[in-house]
Amino acid sequence: MKKAILQIENLTTSFRIGNKYHAAVDDVSFTVNENEIVAVVGESGCGKSALALSIMQLHNKQRTKSEGDINYKGQNLLKLNDVQMNKVRGKELGMIFQEPLTALNPLMTIGKQIEENLDYHTELSSAEKKNRTIELLTQVGIPYPERTYKQYPHELSGGMRQRAMISIAIACNPALVIADEPTTALDVTIQAQILDLLKDIQSRTKMGIILITHDLSVVAEVADRIVVMYAGQVVETGSVKEIFNNPLHPYTRSLLNSIPSAANEKNRLHVIEGIVPSIAKMDRIGCRFQDRIPWIPKHAHEETPRLHEVGNGHFVRCTCYKAFYFQAEGDASAHDITKIR
Amino acid sequence: MTLLKLDNLKVHFPIRGGFFRRVVDHVKAVDGVSFELQQGETYGLVGESGSGKSTTGKAVVKLNEVTSGQILFEGRDLASLSRREIKPFRKDIQMIFQDPYSSLNPKKRVLDIIAEPLRNFERLSPSEEKKIVQDFLDKVGLSPESIHKYPHEFSGGQRQRIGIARSLTLKPKLIIADEPVSALDVSVQAQVLNFLQDLQQEFNLTYLFVGHDLGVIRHMCDRMGVMYRGRLVEEGKSEEIYENPQHIYTKRLIAAIPDLEPEVREDKVQLRKKLTSEYESTYSKYFDENGRAYDLKPISSTHRVALQ
Repeated sequence: MKKAILQIENLTTSFRIGNKYHAAVDDVSFTVNENEIVAVVGESGCGKSALALSIMQLHNKQRTKSEGDINYKGQNLLKLNDVQMNKVRGKELGMIFQEPLTALNPLMTIGKQIEENLDYHTELSSAEKKNRTIELLTQVGIPYPERTYKQYPHELSGGMRQRAMISIAIACNPALVIADEPTTALDVTIQAQILDLLKDIQSRTKMGIILITHDLSVVAEVADRIVVMYAGQVVETGSVKEIFNNPLHPYTRSLLNSIPSAANEKNRLHVIEGIVPSIAKMDRIGCRFQDRIPWIPKHAHEETPRLHEVGNGHFVRCTCYKAFYFQAEGDASAHDITKIR
Repeated sequence: MTLLKLDNLKVHFPIRGGFFRRVVDHVKAVDGVSFELQQGETYGLVGESGSGKSTTGKAVVKLNEVTSGQILFEGRDLASLSRREIKPFRKDIQMIFQDPYSSLNPKKRVLDIIAEPLRNFERLSPSEEKKIVQDFLDKVGLSPESIHKYPHEFSGGQRQRIGIARSLTLKPKLIIADEPVSALDVSVQAQVLNFLQDLQQEFNLTYLFVGHDLGVIRHMCDRMGVMYRGRLVEEGKSEEIYENPQHIYTKRLIAAIPDLEPEVREDKVQLRKKLTSEYESTYSKYFDENGRAYDLKPISSTHRVALQ
């Protein structure tokens, strides 16, 4: 049995709009184990980044409300005050942000930014800190660590900046790293390098990684387990093999069919009808995906959709997956790649 | 029929410095690129950022100064024409931009955005103009009352469709699509790509499709060219490039595409490692002493590779 690092239970994060609170993350539960990459997948507006920021508690407290339980080493992170949380953040939980150019401080050298983290959480002397920083830069595959130590973010390329960010995140050997779209701003070749690097670091440190992304092919490449989110809820979760070989929820299947790949080459891509509902206007009763698959009869949906276990730790929300088929618009169903596999 | 032919196109940007800000060197963004586009086909240009693919696209519409070389559009060399002489050709070549958030003027209504090209070239009464705009809005799947709205009232996919409608109003022959879907979510991306294919059929369009997402390029393009440091390193039919890449850079690029099948990922990591060492050991076979790719040499009637 693997050791659980972080257990999220019934996490709900709501934002205040006007005088009302609207849940952007709605009753989300999952566990991250040691040496495991859990991918949280969904489109813009599904609440995946809000989830990441809730775990790190980086939301503006005046406008957001988080309820539920984020259990890390026996303590609920949501119950910690700012001083206690500052000790966890950066030390126990690291974060890699999407856009390294905006997340790094343009006025500080790379070396100083990594040392900032060590300053806060360790008692190392300045010489030790420098050694550790150079060691970190070497670990993330930066070719001239001594030179990069003195450089500013603008002097580095996108891939190198992302490496520097990763070295900040892993500086204090965190048990868990949250990577929010770490490769979205990068070229494919660099993306492959960064993903290989993350796996490589993980195999050495046994840390857990929460990978937040919209790119299912990235997920297939690195993740162990997947959490698919739609409109704030988890709609499907399971191991990578389960989800890719036997996707059940209509949303997961639609997403897989909308990616141009070798399997659906030259055919028309599947288009999901309608748009992702905004959190303020969302109908919170019933299946949230039903408006986007109007050809599925209403009685196929559950009244209050729950997550159903279909075996092997594979969970699907709502019963509509049983009745779901691709509408014969053009010939999308004939080329349903999720069925061919 | 050849619609567009680039012949040894070069776009160099000066680097100024020193005394009197003299030109000290050049960035060779595009350094001798040649390819042809046939009427009705989709030609893809891929490469990483900084490879010169967007610069090439922009040079065709003359958004960039051309340093040397020819851009033959229906036999006329656009590169040698003056600003005034080129004006009639602007009708035939239109552009779709990457970011739908920054390529639409936020202070203009949709009507003014889409009608702008029409107003430059045709004299229409307001009612005629409105009718044309509404027709095109209908084609791109937006409601006719959208004409009085502003860009911020639309989602990313809808905005991109406004940009597409704008590029279509003058009935162009060639459309240069500069990463038209890279700012969009996968499901919206699917919508826009399908839609570009429909329009191609309907208006008999030719696309020059610039992008970095190899999955998208493969899906859309009949033929493609791979760019690296301002040079084409490989060119051919999409199947040839993907199934049988010859240049080391193309091989690395294809190995870097994430695969949708989790089973093969260990093999891919190994393949990438192998290609990296192959890249280092066979570098001189593909690049000369200045790190410049060699000229393209045909290895079959459709497939050309930059080899020594």
